[in-house]
Parts: sequence; structure tokens; C-alpha cells
Amino acid sequence: MATVEVSFTALPAHVRTARLVATAVARRSGVAEELLDEVRLAVGEACSRAVETHRAHCPAEPVRISLTSQDGRFEVEVTDTGPAPSAAGRPGGQVTGQPGLPPGFGTAVIEGLADDVEIRESAGWTSIRMSWPSAHAAERGKSGEPGQGQPAQAS
Amino acid sequence: MDLKLDHHSKDGIEIVDVEGEIDVYTAPRLRELLIELVNNGFYQLVVNMEKVEFLDSTGLGVLVGGLKRVRAHDGSLDLVCTQERILKIFRITGLTKVFGIHDSVDEAITARKAEK
Repeated sequence: MATVEVSFTALPAHVRTARLVATAVARRSGVAEELLDEVRLAVGEACSRAVETHRAHCPAEPVRISLTSQDGRFEVEVTDTGPAPSAAGRPGGQVTGQPGLPPGFGTAVIEGLADDVEIRESAGWTSIRMSWPSAHAAERGKSGEPGQGQPAQAS
Repeated sequence: MDLKLDHHSKDGIEIVDVEGEIDVYTAPRLRELLIELVNNGFYQLVVNMEKVEFLDSTGLGVLVGGLKRVRAHDGSLDLVCTQERILKIFRITGLTKVFGIHDSVDEAITARKAEK
């Protein structure tokens, strides 16, 4: 079960909100301060990509993000609804690419930022799941106390 | 924080001051400004990013697009940035080899003049 789940209308203005929420939950989940910029940027890239997809194919559908802290990892999954990238002729899972940059550039940035990235594609959706270590894992290892890696409650 | 844009001329080079966050929402405004400057004949540009708090691939795309436009007129687009959080995205994307990135506006101007 996700610690926090967010869905937002596919508007560029809301991507900033998604970044702020993800960063706040990451901090609350014990992600190291020096990794928070990476979380912020990677989540922004994934959400920007999802917003582009929705605006092109299903603007009324919300973009969904789940933020989970479990087993010493902080995991973010951004899911869009739309035709499969291959069906739409969009290589690399990119909708149109950023003007001036090759298709798939945003996804490449995500892969450069998160040490664990999984991109899943299906006929009706694409999911980008990425994760970072959370400090709770190290604390649990040191203290031997169980439960430190359990999902934190949003506050 | 929203995006604030300003520009002024210094030593024959147009300095674009950018403050705030450059993302999928705000980047179109920067793109429009760069296009406007090029259309008005400003081909030597320095984008001062010292007050930029966030930059994503959309923003990178705008900067690369601006670079292509000025180069079409034998111009240049240099950057001023010392913030590690911003420099990191240029490094992981390899764009440090594409842009001249300087520590100050004066340094960028001096470097540009030296290349002429």
C-alpha cells in the first residue's frame, strides 16, 4: 500500500505540485538530503512526460503517482493512461520529446538520476517506477529494530 | 516559485537573467523570449542562471533550441551557472560539452570576446 497517492489533472502547472509533494514525502521517509534534488528532478521528468501523454490522448484522465516507503527504499511510481508508445509510433516511451532534444531524453534523464528504474508499458498505460534508498534501512541495520522500514504516515 | 525573466545589453552581448523554476509549465516563456531576441537581431546571448532554482529536460530543450537558433546566425549562447544542483543535469546529459558554462556574466563575456 502506498504511503501517499496523488492524482492530478494533466496540466503542466500541476507538475510542480507533484514535485513538491514527492520531495516532502521523500524527506519524511528518510531519503538523504543530498538525494532529494534527484527525487525532485526525476519525479518532475516522469510527470512532465505523463502530462504530455494525457494532453495528447486523454486530457480528461488524471495522472497518478504513488509514493511508498518500504523495506529501506523510497519508491515513486508515475502512471499515465494512453496508447502504447509503440502503437503511437513513439519510440522510447516518449510522447513527442522536448523541442530541441531527441525523443526519450526525459526518460534518459530519469535513468541517470534514479539508481533503480523500471519502465512498464501496456496497451493502455505506461508506468515509470523509480526508487532511492531511505535512511530508515541503515538505521534498522544498526539498531536491529524491526519496523523502521514500514510505510510512514503522511502528515 | 514562478519564473522571472529579464534581459539587458552589456558589451554588445544580450544578457538574459532567469530566476525561479524552469519546467514544463514555465519553459515556454523562456523559449518565447529567446525567439524574440533572435528575431530582433540579438545573436550573442548569455543566459544567467545563477538564480534558477530548478531546471528539467524541458528547460534544457529550450536552451538547446536557443543555441540552434543563434548558431544559425553564427551567434552564441553561453550560460552562467555555479549551482551544483543545476550543473548536475548538464553533466548527466552531456550538455556541458555543448554549452559554454561560466562562473559569472563578466567571465562569459570575456570568454566570448576572446573567441572572436
